[in-house]
Amino acid sequence: MKNIITLIGASALALSAGMTSAIAEEELFIYNWTDYTSPDLIKKFEKETGIAVTLDTFDSNETLLAKLKSGATGYDIVVPSHNFVELFIKEDLLQEINASKLSGYENLSDDFKNSFWDTGNTYTIPWMQGATSFTIDTDAYKGDIHTFDLLFNPPKELQGKIGMFKSANDVISTAQIALGIPLCSENPTEMTKVLELLKKQKEHVKIYSSDGILERLVSGDVAVHQNWSGYSIRAREKKASLAYAFPKEGVPSFSDNLAVPQGAKNYDNAIKFIEFMMQPENAAIQSNFAGYANGVKGSAKFFNDAMRNSPEVNPPEGTNFIFTKACSEKGIKLEAKVWESLLQ
Amino acid sequence: MKKLFNIIDQYKGVLPSALMVGIFMLIPILIIVVYSFMIPNPNGGGRTGFSFDFFQKLFFCRDLFDNLVFSTGYLKIFFRSMWISIIAVIVSLLVGFPVAYYIATQNADRRNFLVLLITIPFWTNLLIRTYSWILVLRDTGLVNSMLISSGIINEPITLLYTEGAIILGLVYTYVPFMILPIYASLERLDIRLIEASRDLYTTHWGALRYVVIPLAMPGIIAGSILVFIPSIGAFIAPELLGGGKNLMLGSLVQLQFSSGRNWPFGSALAVIIMAIVLIALLIQARNSRKNGTEIVH
Repeated sequence: MKNIITLIGASALALSAGMTSAIAEEELFIYNWTDYTSPDLIKKFEKETGIAVTLDTFDSNETLLAKLKSGATGYDIVVPSHNFVELFIKEDLLQEINASKLSGYENLSDDFKNSFWDTGNTYTIPWMQGATSFTIDTDAYKGDIHTFDLLFNPPKELQGKIGMFKSANDVISTAQIALGIPLCSENPTEMTKVLELLKKQKEHVKIYSSDGILERLVSGDVAVHQNWSGYSIRAREKKASLAYAFPKEGVPSFSDNLAVPQGAKNYDNAIKFIEFMMQPENAAIQSNFAGYANGVKGSAKFFNDAMRNSPEVNPPEGTNFIFTKACSEKGIKLEAKVWESLLQ
Repeated sequence: MKKLFNIIDQYKGVLPSALMVGIFMLIPILIIVVYSFMIPNPNGGGRTGFSFDFFQKLFFCRDLFDNLVFSTGYLKIFFRSMWISIIAVIVSLLVGFPVAYYIATQNADRRNFLVLLITIPFWTNLLIRTYSWILVLRDTGLVNSMLISSGIINEPITLLYTEGAIILGLVYTYVPFMILPIYASLERLDIRLIEASRDLYTTHWGALRYVVIPLAMPGIIAGSILVFIPSIGAFIAPELLGGGKNLMLGSLVQLQFSSGRNWPFGSALAVIIMAIVLIALLIQARNSRKNGTEIVH
């Protein structure tokens, strides 16, 4: 017993010692998506700059929005998706970083210097880009996997074994692409079709959740799951029969971005991190970890073999990538209604 | 003036706790109540203004074409939550009562040890304990693989992501709240009363029905309320074990603050859950007054 008390005392001491040293150091607080930040990248950044990094994670753009909107401060870097950037700017949640004046800006690929969500990179720089279709177990289904029919009109062997994201925007955008309806539709007749499709699909859906996708796929709990392309690589590495679909109807895709929120206490350190991420070598470390493309020219030569050869990063010729959109207020209201009636 | 000082002097002992309750409970609740009457901002938050929108939203909704129609959607969620919570209370009672009775009939040393055992699950984080149930219940999980390898079934039975799984999760989490109050009232039960009833020729069942249960009633009521209250607003068990397919009240509140972007409606729902809890507590208070037995904690 005495031993335990000494142990607790010792660890409490060690803890407080660690805390004081952390306060003395320069700090950076990053708020990123779950399981999305390369530990090697953080280690390299800490070693080169002497800045201690603390990482916190969120599960959806909506969570990030609600958190910043509620006045939460203390984060220096946040990672909103392209379709939320405009909204964050409009709500005055981000600080200007004027990336074009930062060192390393010349490394950004031109597509991301003129993106439709932040032309000229006043507020953001690109972080990772990937697809949002689905992962499927080719042992459970033998036919052509590149169609959304498998999700929305599942054949017998996939019925009851479908996993979907728990995010109104992701699920509804996918349904809209599958139906050939414009994204963020404000037309009630079209949205009724979306709701009908999703309601019909619900009978065969096992779970709506954006967490634990990897475990569900690898354990065989589900045979199909809506998934991000990079995350699908890690599932495949654990179970070889898992493949990623690039549906012929169009592939929803995203680009996540680094930004500095209002109220950031360590603005200068955040800028250092942004400059660090515009170096090809560093962007490649992050890509190798997460399995997504980045927006930095010349990073491909630092990719490892697994990244270079993976089918998830090299889609079939002629794949139609569709960037999801930021909906208007009316579009968002319709989406929320469809989502709530689906889950009632 | 002097009188005021006297009052303060008289109650200065409770001042710290009054401050605690005020700052950490009343003010947050007040903020929620104020928010529930505000006008929703399209991107989260609320505009100042006064609206009864939420009340209308409970029974009517604007369909996709913006027509106002009667809708049972939210009522369905409400009754689903009530139903699941009530079942969880009943199952907890059926499981908890025998356990409490068993503990109460042991000698003092053993009793303390057993009560300690009951509290052990609380040493582990709730999220981890709930995730463990996923490993046990899923198609390739412990239960199904054992049943399959023993040849009882060929195909896995769906256990996870059902209402049954939610109820299991709730019972597992909250059954100690049922056991402890029942144990507290049974501990003081005079064994000689049972002997007396047996001497008067009651059956085992009769002794239980007419002696033990009435005396354990305050504990049973307290336990039922302690299980019901957290169940009605539960979030973790429905989300993780229910598969998020059919909303319960807790998830509905969360939805309003995330993709629904309707903070006032979320706040209003939270107030409604609080009202349900309050009603449950009032019923209990009335009952204990009627029976003349206060619950001793």
